[in-house]
Amino acid sequence: MTPRQRRRLFRGVLYAVLVAAIVAVLLLADWPKVQRAFFQLDIARDMFPEVVTRATWNTIRYTLLAFAIGFVIALALALMKLSPVAPYRWIATAYIELLRGLPALVTLSVFAFGIPIAFGWRFPFGTAGTGSIALAVVSAAYMAETIRAGIEAVPRGQTEAARSLGMSGPQAMTRIILPQAIRIVVPPLTNEIVLLIKDTALLFLIGFAFFEKELYSFGRDIASDTFNSTPFTVIAAMYLVITIPLTQLVAWLERRTKVVR
Amino acid sequence: MSRPTPPTGHAIEVKGLHKSFGDLEVLRGIDFRIEIGEVVCVIGPSGSGKSTLLRCINLLEQPTSGQVLVEGIDITHPDADVDNVRRRIGMVFQSFNLFPHLSVLKNLTIAQEIVLGRDHNQAVRVAKDNLQRVGLLDKITGTPGELSGGQQQRAAIARALSMDPDMMLFDEPTSALDPELVGDVLAVMRSLAKDGMTMMVVTHEMGFAREVADRVVFMDDGLIVEEGPPDQVIDSPREPRTRLFLSKVL
Repeated sequence: MTPRQRRRLFRGVLYAVLVAAIVAVLLLADWPKVQRAFFQLDIARDMFPEVVTRATWNTIRYTLLAFAIGFVIALALALMKLSPVAPYRWIATAYIELLRGLPALVTLSVFAFGIPIAFGWRFPFGTAGTGSIALAVVSAAYMAETIRAGIEAVPRGQTEAARSLGMSGPQAMTRIILPQAIRIVVPPLTNEIVLLIKDTALLFLIGFAFFEKELYSFGRDIASDTFNSTPFTVIAAMYLVITIPLTQLVAWLERRTKVVR
Repeated sequence: MSRPTPPTGHAIEVKGLHKSFGDLEVLRGIDFRIEIGEVVCVIGPSGSGKSTLLRCINLLEQPTSGQVLVEGIDITHPDADVDNVRRRIGMVFQSFNLFPHLSVLKNLTIAQEIVLGRDHNQAVRVAKDNLQRVGLLDKITGTPGELSGGQQQRAAIARALSMDPDMMLFDEPTSALDPELVGDVLAVMRSLAKDGMTMMVVTHEMGFAREVADRVVFMDDGLIVEEGPPDQVIDSPREPRTRLFLSKVL
């Protein structure tokens, strides 16, 4: 066989395996059962409009709140990590390592049950506030490293130019370095929002009242009421409607940053 | 533009300056002065410490030992108000270091506003005057990324001038430029020198040094080897090391 014939044969085999797999799935799957379990139109229909007006909306709200709080914590941590004062660096490092090393579900449990039970103290804005703050605390650990890398990616000459014009260290940081660093970290931070959207599903743990339920709690409760998986199909679709455009946005932002830089 | 003459009469005075990076001693005892209105060009092979010396003068590098006096104020003293001294010293970098996220105008006004406390209109007026001076008034609304290297460097000079500095430091200002863009930058520097600006210029441009400098300082291996008027240092150097260096660059 010539190399060309060999390549053709190999490719032919790949297609054959693929077609065989698809045919096998089509023939062997119990399609009526799949339809009954995942695609019951009446169950899906009953979820509207609440799945959009409440559940999806709550998911977005919790995500944005967690991101806003998390960003502020992350910025503080990033600046602490770059601080000339060693204890600040230690604290930031400890925070980041601790919260990145723990499953988010564990952190969330501490916030939802551990702290309120231990101190008899509640977070503001009820269960929704508790959940958003817990997610913020977790995502801050990841975002802090991203922001620190962004700050360090701004050339040293920028600080030197700012300082040589008489700006103080904080002035140079806030007016010259951070605006450039933020631009650099917009794509990875947008990616962090996608992760946060998915992590809001963990908030089911808290036990929301009906009007507070985010997508996963909402779908899960209907699924257990109806003893059917169609609600999961619906909420999966809702997640994808939000996350796929965002991941596309990240890809576009990354391409654009590459062109500019 | 000029300020009252400071008590000592020297714009810059460096005494016994040493600077080490780890085990590497880059400056090995520098004594050096620049008088008000004087233009001093510092030449020497790369690695000779000339840029480090320049950067020690506005404390972008912290000297290991020795003193740096700017207008009679010891800026190496722990209590010295370094930001206050830096705003009186304009600095021009080899890599321009314009702020890429700001417009050309904002590059020139931001420090005037937040450091000198000038109101916006006044800052814009000063910025326009200085852009005019370097021939870039038409680029005022552009961003640094839209400028050529030579234009960026002239904008950087205008940015430093907008702070009304008493003196200007130039760290190899034309080394990163394409040859055909060097002339415009040197022309701006030449006109500055003519206007009486105190200037310290680290440069490889021997033609510029010969024409514009009041004094040329030759550095090698962390020491000042020879200094004097350009016709002496460049055209009839006494020291063998100076002759060797000049024979390579001229």
